Amino acid sequence: MKKDLNISAFCLMIAGLLFANITLAAGDEDAAWNNVLKKQFFGDRSIDESGATIELTAPYRAEDPALVPVSVTAKLPQTTSNYIKTITLIIDNNPVPFAAAFHFTPESGKADIATRLRFNAYTNIRAIAETNDGKLSMVKSFVKASGGCSAPIGADLDAAMARMGKMKFKLDGDKIALNQPNQTQLLVSHPSISGMQMDQISRMVKPAHFVNQVKVSFNGKPVLSAETDIALSTDPNFRFYFVPDKAGELKAEVKDNQGKEFSYTQAVTP
Amino acid sequence: MFEKLSIFAAFLAILMPFTQSKAEQLNLQEVAPGVFVHQGIHAMPNRQNHGEIANIGFIVGEQCVAVIDTGGSPAQGRALDAAITEKTKVPVCYVINTHVHPDHLYGNSAFKRAGVSFIGHRKLAQAMAVRAPYYLEKAGRDLGLGLKQEDFIAPDRTVDSTLELDLGGRKLTLTAHGPAHTDNDLTVFDDKTRTLWLSDLLFIGHLPVIDGSLTGWLRELSKLTKIDAKLAIPGHGPVSSEWPKAAEAETRYLEMLRSEIRAYIKQGKTMEQAMAEVGQSARGDWQLFDDFHKRNIATSFAELEWED
Ligand SMILES: [Zn+2]
Repeated sequence: MKKDLNISAFCLMIAGLLFANITLAAGDEDAAWNNVLKKQFFGDRSIDESGATIELTAPYRAEDPALVPVSVTAKLPQTTSNYIKTITLIIDNNPVPFAAAFHFTPESGKADIATRLRFNAYTNIRAIAETNDGKLSMVKSFVKASGGCSAPIGADLDAAMARMGKMKFKLDGDKIALNQPNQTQLLVSHPSISGMQMDQISRMVKPAHFVNQVKVSFNGKPVLSAETDIALSTDPNFRFYFVPDKAGELKAEVKDNQGKEFSYTQAVTP
Repeated sequence: MFEKLSIFAAFLAILMPFTQSKAEQLNLQEVAPGVFVHQGIHAMPNRQNHGEIANIGFIVGEQCVAVIDTGGSPAQGRALDAAITEKTKVPVCYVINTHVHPDHLYGNSAFKRAGVSFIGHRKLAQAMAVRAPYYLEKAGRDLGLGLKQEDFIAPDRTVDSTLELDLGGRKLTLTAHGPAHTDNDLTVFDDKTRTLWLSDLLFIGHLPVIDGSLTGWLRELSKLTKIDAKLAIPGHGPVSSEWPKAAEAETRYLEMLRSEIRAYIKQGKTMEQAMAEVGQSARGDWQLFDDFHKRNIATSFAELEWED
């Protein structure tokens, strides 16, 4: 601690070294990304970090590590010539770093996505956007799982299990506005458990059981699709946009890793 | 270094009269004949208190002692064991774990020996198993405790709905509750003194922490408050001779959360909005409000949005 302070003080006098120190200090937090994850998910592709494409909102302190609200906001509108194709969420130090990849179309209106994630550790979460021209850009945010007695597991898994597959859409208000982005929320009930092999304490075996695919369409046209993993909270929740041109049906199709499929449709009117 | 430690110890002694001294001697009160309670402190578990923050204790019969929660660390468990030996010659036959939280059961290993039966809710073992990997990492990082899976000790006897234990001239009734503070809460009723040991189904002073079900907790409270008890022992806070009055503040807080969050959900507001805004006026009523209030909102919001 003291040593760090001295180093920093020294660096303050030498601007060039200050920069080097920041890079070094950030090295720890970014080690998993730099050494393994970047290559694993994006190979040698270059990733812009200027923050011009998307913004990431995550709390510095995860109040409930089982339910951390995280949102990504697009800084550009979705047009047919220029749009965000995919946003990938990676939580560096989770047991399974890949949280989700969301795919958008020009019809999504806005490539915004909000969801609730589990955080197992003190870690960076990063959102990587890929635009239709194949360019990548990344923003990140550091999250501290909070203290106390909480754990990144659902509070009442049996309740989630009992209503597994139940879904609903929630619109911003009762009616949709035509030809403009409308925000909607998809709620999916699913226990989303990571499972365990022959646990030493309970002598129980519990296979992992979580949602791994989500597709949302409006009148048959895709609005949002996603591959997801165990970092999704129990009862996964997604907030996003779609652009309706007339009354119709929102449809959600969800699959889990045990091969179960669920679907749900809801009529919406202007 | 030494000097610093003793200043710190003195500081602790002033602030926390009920906490144990450095020699791991446990401060105990006999709150009713044969009912001993160590009152914890209102603090977040950390490296200074090693997670030794909860109320723990034991009940003495003619043939058996039943330990009710073993403490926040193996050292506190050993201190409790030593304190029991000091108070009585009657051996420990039972360890009752009221729920999965580490501040209540990390002392378990101190009692693992022949003749001691561990008792818990039917869902306790599962809760231990799914939480252990995370809790163990946290114990190392935040509490300075090097613990292993073996320190948890799953119950060898489970409670489905109720279980009676005869301590010799004294009957304890254990009740397994539906999801409330956690999904594996047990309460203990001592017939002889009409003492209701609620553990974390009752918080006094320390903000209630929801890690099970908000509506479930209110449901269990409406049943528990009908019990004709002379003494109520909370998991955090002072022992109370006024039951069910002792549950009023907690009930008020939980009801406030339920009604405000329901209104937010009805208005189409988000979990993030609720976390920032709901129930801020209750801050002055509770300790550790800023540590737990927002998480209570998050977990309650996720529960209540499935109500309709
Ligand atoms: Zn507890």
